[in-house]
Amino acid sequence: MVEYIVFLTINAGLYSIFALGLNLQWGICGLINFGLVAFMILGAYTTVLLSVQGVPIILAVLIGAILAALLGLLIGLSTLRLREDYLAIVTIGVAEIVRLIVQNEEKLTRGTFGIQSFPLPLANWEPNIFFKLTLIIIVTSLTILTVSKVVKAIQKEWRHKKNTSASTPYYLIIIGILSIILVVVFYINGVLAISQYTYKVGLMVLELVILAFIYEGLEFLVNTPWGRVLKAIREDEEVVKALGKDVFSYKLQAFLLGGAIAGIAGSFFAWQLTAIYPTNFESIVTFNAWIIVVLGGAGSNAGTLLGSVIFWLYDSLTRFLPTIGFLTESQIGALRIMLIGLILIVLMMSRPQGILGKKEELTLNK
Amino acid sequence: MDESLLIARGLCKSFGVIKAVNNAIIEVKANSITGLIGPNGAGKTTLFNLLSNFIQPDQGEVILEGKKIHKLQPYQIALAGCVRTFQVARVLSRLSVLENMLLASQQQIGEKFWQVWFKQKDIRRQERENKELAMSILEDIGLAAKVNDYAGVLSGGQRKLLEMGRALMTRPKLILLDEPAAGVNPTLIGEICEHIVTWNKQGISFLIIEHNMDVIMSLCDHVWVMAEGTNLADGTPEEIQNNSKVLEAYLGG
Repeated sequence: MVEYIVFLTINAGLYSIFALGLNLQWGICGLINFGLVAFMILGAYTTVLLSVQGVPIILAVLIGAILAALLGLLIGLSTLRLREDYLAIVTIGVAEIVRLIVQNEEKLTRGTFGIQSFPLPLANWEPNIFFKLTLIIIVTSLTILTVSKVVKAIQKEWRHKKNTSASTPYYLIIIGILSIILVVVFYINGVLAISQYTYKVGLMVLELVILAFIYEGLEFLVNTPWGRVLKAIREDEEVVKALGKDVFSYKLQAFLLGGAIAGIAGSFFAWQLTAIYPTNFESIVTFNAWIIVVLGGAGSNAGTLLGSVIFWLYDSLTRFLPTIGFLTESQIGALRIMLIGLILIVLMMSRPQGILGKKEELTLNK
Repeated sequence: MDESLLIARGLCKSFGVIKAVNNAIIEVKANSITGLIGPNGAGKTTLFNLLSNFIQPDQGEVILEGKKIHKLQPYQIALAGCVRTFQVARVLSRLSVLENMLLASQQQIGEKFWQVWFKQKDIRRQERENKELAMSILEDIGLAAKVNDYAGVLSGGQRKLLEMGRALMTRPKLILLDEPAAGVNPTLIGEICEHIVTWNKQGISFLIIEHNMDVIMSLCDHVWVMAEGTNLADGTPEEIQNNSKVLEAYLGG
């Protein structure tokens, strides 16, 4: 059980990183990217191939992120001047091209055979009691940080709602309590896991630290004048142009940065899988990130994290659905995916702005 | 007083076989309020788009303060001091009124990705200064109470005002106003006119497209008339009022 929750945490964490990249591109800047997984492939394969050659892992990850950003530059330079729907088409095409190259290239990426053994971070590390305590301290401080952020966000929403609407928003308390329980469960599990250290535990802590840095970095950026320009571009890029901003350059920056973040998520994806095949990087990965961002609320980094946790909770809880009477196992598998579609539809009808999105924003006419 | 701020000569733009703007000329003198009128479909808005290079002209040149700007990107034209507004006011709905204003400030240190990380103190100082300017403009145009509201909740007239305030935030030399009085109630039109006069006294020139003749006649020093994509006449408001060709174009005589 402990191990399973560690596995779940790593997945939720790496998808958080991945979806944060999408949230920057689409949620903040309005760029529709249906090919985000291409950046992940570049990140994953670059990290793996370089580290197999003996390049230090940190350097390999950095190069992977830079290559992913360069892919963004390539796509961006050729398409960002076009209307947004063209960008959507081009990105999904590029993602398929990249995956097919990886699948058919046999010398470097070893095609469909994939790559099975490559260096993993902290793999042979056997922490003594002192390092275990350090890990626990890191996890504890991350937990405290998360809980305090949840409490602050809920307080802010609470005050905002009380000022603007007549009813008392009790559901906020429920959301708050549920998220804190969730965080605490993950925390207790994390501490238990550290006491019986395995490779995955080290990966989990490393990933959570990186996630915290990326999240904080993005939260900071979004609230600077730089972030304001991105949000303005999402609203109406003609206006931004008329006010003297180089819209193309800003779009490119958002595309590059989001791509680099997705590349980093790719490294963690590879380390989580410990063996990578081209089939791991199909378009569904991109669309899972879309589900996460839409679920959590487009434009909200915190929402993206929450969306990712909910997505993976759903995924793992429904994995243990008993085979009900006449349904076979594969039918149950298909049912899970249908259900997530249904949940999304219901959510879009009842709360179209996503869980942490702002409802007022939807009622605004352009 | 007599030097020209903006001159456009021989501007042409065709959409397929339709010549939307055909060999048009326009001039805006420094510190003036210049009007641009003409019947619907005369090509006024297209001319605006050509001046700000939102649409690239097929032919012709646009000169701002002696520098050719028709080859510049739209954002560069704005940086050069010529800011446009839109016929249907375009506000950034999901940003607050204040954010709409702050966005428009030029030369922001915090808009550069690398500087964001290292110059936080300068950025905070600049934001404070910009906020003061924004507040004083919002105070003037009567939107100070709405400063933290989403721009999307504003009424049509308030949006026009916000758009003008936003253009002002760029500290421009010339503002191109596309129908500032369209769809605005008469009281607010009066207010808008007063603001334009005040800002003009502070040294900002205006080029205004408007169908409301009272506005044009009361505000403008000089009026240009377009019809069917080309120049019909120009002169002082009095001259234009008595120009038989202009009357004909309007009344279809």
